[in-house]
Amino acid sequence: MKIRTYAEYAAAGETPEILFWVGCAGSFDQRAQKVTRAFAKILHHLNIKFAVLGTEETCTGDPAKRAGNEFVFQMLALQNIEVMNGYGVKKIVTTCPHCFNILKNEYPSLGGNYEVLHHATYLQQLIDEGRIKLTDTDRFKGKRITYHDSCYLGRANEIYEAPRRVLEELDAALVEMKSCRSRGLCCGAGGAQMFKEDEPGNKRINIARTEEALETQANIIAAACPFCNTMLTDGVKSFEKQDQVKVFDIAELIAAGQGLENIVL
Amino acid sequence: MAKYFQIYLFVLLTAIAFYFAYRGYRRVYQNICLGKPEDLTDQPLQRWKNMLLVAFGQKKMFKNVIPAVLHLFLYVGFLITQVELLEVFLDGITGSHRIIYHAVENLPVLRTLYVGLISSIEIASVLVFIGTVAFLWRRFVLKVPRLNKPELKGFPIQDAATILIAEIYLLICIFSMNTADMALHEGKYGFAVSSVLQNLFHNWSHTSLTIMERIGWWGHYIGVLGFLVYLPYSKHLHILLAFPNTYFARLTPKGYVNNMPEITREIKLMMDPSATPPPADPNAPPPRFGAKDVMDLSWKNLLDAYTCTECGRCTAACPANMTGKKLSPRKIMMDTRDRLEEVGAAIAANGGVWKDDGKSLIENGYITIEELRACTTCNACVEECPVMISPLDIILQLRRNLIMEESNAPAEWTSMFTNMENNGAPWQFSQQDRLNWANA
Repeated sequence: MKIRTYAEYAAAGETPEILFWVGCAGSFDQRAQKVTRAFAKILHHLNIKFAVLGTEETCTGDPAKRAGNEFVFQMLALQNIEVMNGYGVKKIVTTCPHCFNILKNEYPSLGGNYEVLHHATYLQQLIDEGRIKLTDTDRFKGKRITYHDSCYLGRANEIYEAPRRVLEELDAALVEMKSCRSRGLCCGAGGAQMFKEDEPGNKRINIARTEEALETQANIIAAACPFCNTMLTDGVKSFEKQDQVKVFDIAELIAAGQGLENIVL
Repeated sequence: MAKYFQIYLFVLLTAIAFYFAYRGYRRVYQNICLGKPEDLTDQPLQRWKNMLLVAFGQKKMFKNVIPAVLHLFLYVGFLITQVELLEVFLDGITGSHRIIYHAVENLPVLRTLYVGLISSIEIASVLVFIGTVAFLWRRFVLKVPRLNKPELKGFPIQDAATILIAEIYLLICIFSMNTADMALHEGKYGFAVSSVLQNLFHNWSHTSLTIMERIGWWGHYIGVLGFLVYLPYSKHLHILLAFPNTYFARLTPKGYVNNMPEITREIKLMMDPSATPPPADPNAPPPRFGAKDVMDLSWKNLLDAYTCTECGRCTAACPANMTGKKLSPRKIMMDTRDRLEEVGAAIAANGGVWKDDGKSLIENGYITIEELRACTTCNACVEECPVMISPLDIILQLRRNLIMEESNAPAEWTSMFTNMENNGAPWQFSQQDRLNWANA
């Protein structure tokens, strides 16, 4: 699978349909890289002309902004906007809710106006248009999937149904946790908590959330955010349930359903 | 003679109470005006809709059904009791008795309407009684966790109990007044609840009943005046401020955090080598990044603080709080209000001018750095608030000040910032490796 950058498209005088915003986790975190590849495979399989910024992409600035460092955030944001406006980017799809939120809500007043979609919404659109057809759903038969709402997709932008609609395609039982949708419990990573030790307390937030997930007796915890994915994977490990309960991104599950990915349940 | 004495006393008490109430509400208004300007008047239709649904219609309350129903009893009771209060007021200034009733006595339709209204006030009052007792029960017997958190120790608990007991007192007054009045007039008014209660007093003398009616009437009115004066010093102020607070609530997605324009200007100058910065004004005060004290917050944050009724739905939903961290979004609101009261009082004592007292909203017995650092910005507190308060907005503004003015960050955040500046990622990976995932 050849991944083309926006620079390569521009050099060839072509315009891609979408910019796939990979994000820092998707680029560097080994677990999140798998999600990036799974999503790229879906796009590739559907012959969607997509580009990445590659080495021209930098962090959107989200963790700095939420930590309180507006200066670092805007420095990165203005650089990214300069690059994207230079290429004439119109439509962005990203697999990270933090990138999605900041690109959609906070970039416009800095001069970055794009149509921004999270991959949950994009995958739902592709399913609705009949472009994604799942041929390989046998492995999901009789399985239970519980979806964990990412704060930045859910409460922050009120996207609750798209990821669930995507998961419904898998022919598995979709079960809800005690707190879900607008009342979904945070995984503990947001607000730059991912990058520091917890403040003193009696429990880690990801443990509290994993408890809720395990209560559902699900075989699969579906995430739509690389940070939630890490937090829940760690949580499942701390209960030593990693052999029975797997954490996957919705893109990995769909790619598996299309026969593009071989995931082990 | 007694009639004129009563009118005199009524007007005097009303005037005194209105004077103190005026001072109380003016203080709240002036304190809110200490906040920074923020234009929240766009999309008036959407704003009216929010106010009608969320404040008037109690929409967000119904996420928790039991407290919502109990609260609805009190809310409806409070709203419709205003009709009876209107008659009490007219009787008081004219020295008459049931002036509205006598005006409509011989007009069957209006009379039925009047009796129906007073009867529904009585029925609502019974429900208010049930609600109030249930609230006291939940707080002091069941000890519902969110109503028994450490930040409520002292005045807040006392304030909550005062309000609930005052409500029971007002109900006792209303029923004493109506029941005695019914007994005195052989039940000719035909009010729903007091017609039952009046049987309890069938052997009372005319004088005893008259005294009971007067005690009920005066007790009710004095209670209402006391309530009016006490309200601007209480968390109970939400009964008024919920309306403007929902109207002026931000309409942006919850995930949106404003961009600071002064920083945009500075970075654009940095990025454009040919630009010349405008000459600095030597007399200008040093710029303030984020908020360190209440005056640095927006007026809407301060309105939020006065609107908060300390119900604690935010704190119960906060992932940091439920895992034992010090952060409590309700305490953020309470500390903001308490510091604002302190600043307002200091300004008033100093002839209307603010003199730095060496304190701020951060630490100094108010919001601690540990609390600020525990927030995951998950928006659960914002989502839960039944009157659209945002504790998160205050947390983020205080964080900005800690980071950008005080350089006060945990070591891991400092290296995260450095990584972001140097290699465009929160981790120490080279930007040149960004596409390596494609080659694996």
